[in-house]
Parts: sequence; structure tokens; C-alpha cells
Amino acid sequence: MNRQMDAELLIDHFQTMLRIRFHEEAIKKLFAQGKIGGSTHLCIGQEAIAVGVIGLLKKEDYIVSTHRGHGHMLAKGGQLKPMLAEILGKNDGYCKGKGGSMHIASIELGNLGANGIVSGGLPIAVGSALSARMRKTDQITVVFFGDGASNEGNTHESMNLASLWKLPVLFLFENNHYAVSTEISRSMAGSMAKRAAGYDIPFTEVDGNDVEAVHFAAEEVIDHVRSGNGPFVMQCNTYRMEGHYFGDAMVYRTSAEVEEWRKKDPILHVEQLFRERSILTADEIASLRAGIQAEVDDAVAFAENSSQPALDSIFSDVYSEWQ
Amino acid sequence: MNNTRMISYREAVAEAIAEEMARDPRVFLMGEDVGVHGGAFAASKGLYDKFGPERVRDTPISESAIVGAGVGAALTGMRPIVEIMYMDFMAMAMDSIVNQAAKVKYMFGGRAQVPLTIRTAFGAGRGNAAQHSQSLESWLILIPGLIVVMPSTPYDAKGLLKSAVRNNNPVIVIENKSLYGSTGEVPEDEYVVPIGKAAVRREGRDVTMIATSRMCNLAASAIEKLSAEGIDVELIDPRTLKPLDMETIAQSIAKTHRVVVVNEGHNTGGFSNEISSKIMDHCFFDLDAPVIRVASEDVPIPYNSVLEAEVIPAEKDILAAVKKVMAF
Ligand SMILES: Cc1ncc(C[n+]2csc(CCOP(=O)(O)OP(=O)(O)O)c2C)c(N)n1
Ligand SMILES: [Mg+2]
Repeated sequence: MNRQMDAELLIDHFQTMLRIRFHEEAIKKLFAQGKIGGSTHLCIGQEAIAVGVIGLLKKEDYIVSTHRGHGHMLAKGGQLKPMLAEILGKNDGYCKGKGGSMHIASIELGNLGANGIVSGGLPIAVGSALSARMRKTDQITVVFFGDGASNEGNTHESMNLASLWKLPVLFLFENNHYAVSTEISRSMAGSMAKRAAGYDIPFTEVDGNDVEAVHFAAEEVIDHVRSGNGPFVMQCNTYRMEGHYFGDAMVYRTSAEVEEWRKKDPILHVEQLFRERSILTADEIASLRAGIQAEVDDAVAFAENSSQPALDSIFSDVYSEWQ
Repeated sequence: MNNTRMISYREAVAEAIAEEMARDPRVFLMGEDVGVHGGAFAASKGLYDKFGPERVRDTPISESAIVGAGVGAALTGMRPIVEIMYMDFMAMAMDSIVNQAAKVKYMFGGRAQVPLTIRTAFGAGRGNAAQHSQSLESWLILIPGLIVVMPSTPYDAKGLLKSAVRNNNPVIVIENKSLYGSTGEVPEDEYVVPIGKAAVRREGRDVTMIATSRMCNLAASAIEKLSAEGIDVELIDPRTLKPLDMETIAQSIAKTHRVVVVNEGHNTGGFSNEISSKIMDHCFFDLDAPVIRVASEDVPIPYNSVLEAEVIPAEKDILAAVKKVMAF
């Protein structure tokens, strides 16, 4: 019998997952309406990973995110309004419209940033973990990276350094099976398990579409990392349900494959658990959904009404004030 | 008046780091062979013994991770100094420098800062050949978000490095491999050299010469020869390449009306081009002659010392440039 999450926590996680899902659906709609000028990458289908892992972190812990990072940010306490405002390039966005989807960050919330450079965040995570140790805090850093990123030199340099220095980093390998069009079997020699072993880093692998599995695995892993035992690599297997970008024809995969994964939808899975365990009725689920949808609708309206940044703002924020 | 003593450029660097580390517990040093070994050019000698392995960290050969970790530490309350052993190796760390360190603040709408100092060593003239001799400062000055300084004296090496560490932006301190052994007067007492301020090394009426790093020293001796011939050259060391102190440069040109720029970067795309085009922007009506540039030839730096000397600016090139500009 699998371990079961506390019902209340499961409901909480469910709501965060819905928030992420509806946020992403809202972006799809805005895109179709021609209201989004730049690039965004949706994490539909991968919500359980962000929520299951980040749900265990303390506020002071750090995450280092990726170009597919909306879910990470929302799970770390990111608010819908400044998220959507940023994605629309507006003044009230997390980055005042200067960063957009690929650079959403909040040092206050402990998100050291999404990153437009595949693997760009891994060395940063080594640094924030080193900093936490030098400042003698028990903060840990969770760095997300994809199957594509796993083949960058940065990933290897960072795993080596974090292991060598026994730094509190959780390398969270989000294997959604594709890097744009390239399926993992066409990009990765060996396996993450073997790579982690090569750097003397403990490794675990879970079903990334099962929030309970993610939660329980992450709980142990985070405990290991926080206790000063050095880094951990956790692989979460999942699937990118949407195209890599809006309008991706997805010639590189079959619709049968996509449909197979649709059956493993992480949100539907939680609903199933609610029914099996008599935690929530269908009506209660529907009302939770409606509540989150209303939050997202409200945030979309806020973002659409947010003002454009002033033209002369291009010149601010390049440099910090000099001491 | 400060008490001064003669110390070497490398000692000046080590003193700056030691003083800043003693002053501020958030400051630490990391890089390849900077600890036990004291740095490839002995510029961090003694620091490991003084501060220990936690604050003077020997790293694996992982330039991208070294700089990137510096960014992560800087974002979260530390003030790292990271070293890239040779400037050429910066190519391995370019993403961490250009796409991360320089951009984070702007991309995050100003809601972050990266107080990171990146030290590196450059320069030809040592038989180090094509991958260990380059002057790549023009790769850096085109990146908004970076500050770039290039000291030519022990005094500036110390004072600029201290300013860099205290600055809340990523600052790249480009030291010169050939200058580490050179000596100069450095005060006993605490001082800093402000970022963004050029130094007028010698006053003169006839020509403004702007020269960086070792080229400034080379220029100084050439200028003495010209002085004997009755040509009076004013010598400016920009010290900070980005942001460039155009005010000091423009003031000098308003007086001399003639300019020679000496920089070890390549003729095409090198830093001399940037100075000269800024002069066109700011000083065109003050000029009596075109800006004459002395730069390295557009070829890789060769190993053979005779060939190498042919590629990089030499005293004869500086003398010829001054004669040329005076002929107008
Ligand atoms: C250094 C770098 N190379 C290439 C790209 C272009 N690019 C953006 S996302 C992506 C795929 C990344 O795949 P993966 O790491 O698996 O993340 P996923 O998109 O699946 O979330 C590529 C190639 C980039 N942004 N940065
Ligand atoms: Mg992928």
C-alpha cells in the first residue's frame, strides 16, 4: 500500500496545481488572441513536480528555475497578477515588463529566476547553496533542469562542484522526454542515474505525474540535502502536453503518444484520489475549480489593465547604485 | 600625506583582496589554483593562509560554474571575487558572464543585484601564443550591465579592485600578466580608486594619447623620446573602460586637437575603435587630424617572440603614430 498524503495537504496541492494549469490555459487563450508578444513555454502536464517538491520548501529556501518555469514560481508563492502582468509585458509584472516569461524571478520569494539559457541556472544554484553554507543558514536550493539541459557542460560542472563541496543542492531533473523536437533517447547517452553516480551524488527516480510520489520522494531527498549530506539528484518523469512553443506542429511525436500521456494527467490523478478516498465529492471539486478559475480570470483582467511601462524605463535597472 | 612604499602589482592585488575580505565577511575568493598555490600569477599569495579554505576556495577547472556560482552567491547576500586564470578562458564562462551576471538585474526589473567581481589576466608579449595572450576587453564593453576596469599600475590595481568589490554590479577587473612583477608607489593607508575616472599620466600640449594597461607604460617611455624632439604628448590612462571617462578625454582633446589611441586589442573590433568612435561623437569639431589608432594586427598572437612583437603594438608604432598625427 502506497503512503497517502494528508487529505488537507492534498487539497492544498490540488489547488496549487489547478492554479498553475489555469494560469497556463489563460496564457494559451491570450496568445490566441494575439495579446502576448513574446515567447512563453507552458508547463501543462508537469504541475505535480513543481507543487510536490516546492510544497516542501521553506520560504527562505531557493529555487532556480527554467524557461518552463511558471509552475515553479506559482508553487514558490508567486502571485497570479504580477505573473500574468509580466507575461503581457506590463508595468506591474514581476520584472516591470523587462523580463517576460523566461525571466520571472523574485529574490524575496527565493526564486533566483527562470532562465532563457538552457542550463544557465545550474551554476547559479551551486552559488546560492555555497552562499547559504557560508552564511551558516540551513537554506537549500532546488534547481530544475530538463532532459535537454542535462547534456550541457554547465550541468556537469555544477554537479561535480556541488558534490565536491557537499553543497545543499537538489538537482531536480524534469524529464518531460523532449527538448523541442528531440526525444531523450536521441539526446542522452547513459542515464541520469549513472551520471549522478559518476559524481557520487545519490539519485532517485519517480513518476512526476503523481504528486504523492513526488511529495514523498522529495521529502526524503530534501531531508538529506538539508542535513548537510550534500546534493541529491531526483528525476521526475513527465510529459510536456503542449507544443514547445505556441503553434508547434509537433511533427516529432504521434497524437497516440500524447493521448496516452493525457490519461496520466496529474490533476485528473488527484481527482481520482479524492474520489477513491472520499476526500471530496464531484461538486466540491467543481467548486474548487471554479474558485481558482475566478482567481485566474481576475488576474488576467488585472494584467490586461496594467499600464505599459514608461518608455524611459529602458534606461533604468541596468546598473545598481554604486556604493 | 600618506606614507607610501614600493610594492608590486601582484602584491597590490593581494593586498586589496585581503583588506576587503578583512573588512567584509561577505567577501570571498574562488578560482583555479587561487588558494594553496596562491594564484597562477601569485596574485593571491598568502590569502589562503590568512583566511582559510572556506573563504579562499580552490575550484575545479570549471569556468562557467565558477562565474555562475559567483552570480548565485552574489544574488543571495555574498560579495564574491572570482578569478578566471587567463582572459582567454573567459570563453568557457561567457554565458555566466554575459547572459547571467550582466543581465540579471535588468531582466528582473531591477529587483536583484549582482555584487560580483571577476578578476582575470590578459596580455601578449610573453610567448604564450594564441590561446593565452588575447586582449578580449571589447567582448565585454559591449555588454550593458558590466563594468570593466583595466589597471596599469600597482596603485590602480589595488584601488580599482577595492572599488570593484564594493560595487553592487558585476565588475570585471582585467589585470595584465606582464605587469604583475612591476612595482610602484602604493600608500600604506586605506584608499580606493573610483570607477569611471581616467588618470592623466602626463600633461602635454600637442597630442592626446590614450593608452590602456601595459600600453600606457609603453606610451610613457615613447613620449619621453618625443619630448626630446619637441613634441609634447598628454597621456591618459582610461583605467575604467566601461563606463569610459569621456569628460577627461574631451578636455584634453579640446587642448591638443590631436589624438593617438594605443590598445593591445586587435585592429578590427578592438577597444581602440570604441574610444575613437566616442571621440567622433564628442570631439569632432576639436580635431585637427583623424584619430590614429595603434592596435594589434588582425592575426592570432603567434608563439615565436619575434613574430609576436611584430603583431602587438611596439614603441616604434607609437612613435610613428604620433609623427603621423602631427603631420596634419
Ligand atoms: C543554451 C541554449 N541552447 C538552446 C536553447 C534553445 N532552447 C530553448 S528551450 C530548448 C529545449 C530545452 O529542453 P529541456 O531542457 O528538456 O527543457 P523543456 O523545454 O523540455 O522544458 C532549447 C533547445 C536555449 N534557450 N539555450
Ligand atoms: Mg525536456
